[in-house]
Amino acid sequence: MELFTNQILAGIATGAIYACMALAVVMIYQAIDHLNFAQGEMATFSTFVAWQLIQWGVPYWGAFLITLAFSFVGGILIERVLFKPLAKAPILTNVAGFIALFAIINSCSGLIWDFTIKQFPTPFGSSPFLGSQLISTHQAGMIGVTLVLLILLFFFFRFTRIGLAMRAAASLPESARLVGINTSWMIALGWGMATAIGAIAGMLIAPVVFLEPNMMIGVLLYGFAAAVLGGLTSPFGAVIGGFLVGIFENLAGTYIPGVGNELKLPIALALIITVLVVKPAGLFGRPIVKRV
Amino acid sequence: MTTMLNVRDLRAYYGQVQALHGLEFGLNEGSLTTLLGANGAGKTTTLRAICNMVRTTGSIEFEGAPLTGRSTENIVRLGIAHVPQGRGTFTTMTVEENLQLGSITRKDKAGIVSDIERMYDHFPVLKARHTQQAGTLSGGEQQMLAVARALMLRPRLMLLDEPSFGLAPLIVRDLFKILGKINREDKVTILVVEQNAQLALELADKAYVIETGRIVMSGNAAEIANNEDVRKSYLGY
Repeated sequence: MELFTNQILAGIATGAIYACMALAVVMIYQAIDHLNFAQGEMATFSTFVAWQLIQWGVPYWGAFLITLAFSFVGGILIERVLFKPLAKAPILTNVAGFIALFAIINSCSGLIWDFTIKQFPTPFGSSPFLGSQLISTHQAGMIGVTLVLLILLFFFFRFTRIGLAMRAAASLPESARLVGINTSWMIALGWGMATAIGAIAGMLIAPVVFLEPNMMIGVLLYGFAAAVLGGLTSPFGAVIGGFLVGIFENLAGTYIPGVGNELKLPIALALIITVLVVKPAGLFGRPIVKRV
Repeated sequence: MTTMLNVRDLRAYYGQVQALHGLEFGLNEGSLTTLLGANGAGKTTTLRAICNMVRTTGSIEFEGAPLTGRSTENIVRLGIAHVPQGRGTFTTMTVEENLQLGSITRKDKAGIVSDIERMYDHFPVLKARHTQQAGTLSGGEQQMLAVARALMLRPRLMLLDEPSFGLAPLIVRDLFKILGKINREDKVTILVVEQNAQLALELADKAYVIETGRIVMSGNAAEIANNEDVRKSYLGY
């Protein structure tokens, strides 16, 4: 029983990271109708920036905030330079753009910080949380930071004018322009926020998986699985999907014989395929109907 | 009376297809003008051209300033509200959020709050449903919401694309009454595109008739309503 509870809690902790990545993916998907394959590499690069700042002696939370600001601006720049010109291009052109972005950022991380794995500090420590053996303080910190982030995002989108404008631009761009919203900048803002959210995920997971340029590839795969499970059209669904995938991954790794650690990633892929076949809109998504 | 909107030699294109062939017309400040025509004549395209939502050549001037080259959102910010065909309701948001979106470019918080109350006076049904998702409203209610959302901009000019489309006759009468009131009391200049010519001509003071991308007739609404050709072609009696 203790093993079971332990796996559930550990699943919620990693699920929090998947939730962040899924949310970042969904935010960009809502804005431009494309999946950002480079979301993980962007998060990794941000995490390297944080690591570098800490190496230079910046205190952890200072580095955390600077990294968020850097990622926010970086995300906006990527949108302005690469994807704004591709806005009306065919899907495959955009896919090529994302793959290029993936390769470029991945190589840049390797070039600047090389491929040896690095320790990333945790501000929470790794002792047992509240004296319980079930969960470590870092895992509790991962859950806590994610929950605070989600609450802030909820209030931003629900109660601020700019949040309302961003939702309007994502749901009906033409109507949004007709009430005077600059939808192009709303998309850029979405990129900035998604990149910053990805950076938080990267910085939280780095102490667990160690920092190296390919750190987020597996994590992003789970993020995609979470987004698909929850529904690509639903930010709320993406978050729930993240936690579910985290729990499912841990339970499957522990209880299904033969899965173990090695076969955990194919589980994410199997989950994506199963959802797409059985319920393409996901748990909370709207079915997507396109006129042809 | 001063001319608020002046359109000269307007041509519009959808890809290779030309939809407007040198349209010329003007709107007087404070007027209520209707643009009549059959399906495919170019009525919707004309409204879309004013808001730069379709590729055009020619000149459109609003209060003396050219609109060509401005983005849709910047044209709206000048005080031109456009109620599109199909209403453009943000269906997943509440009625009140839709109204707030109408005023999203304004900075005067107190004015926005009082304007929302004013819209609830104009359209009591919206007040009753202000927390409801806009997608759950009936067609007539959504059209009222679309008009109210446009008014939240405090527009100088309002463009309406077939507001009567898909609505029961009684509701259309109500809606047109409100449009007349907005035109008279709030001094909003209105251009309304309609297939329901009879009703539009009762309401409007000026009318243009458009045929395959050209203005073929213009005049006072009463004159046009009594014109034999128009009656045969568009009024059906």
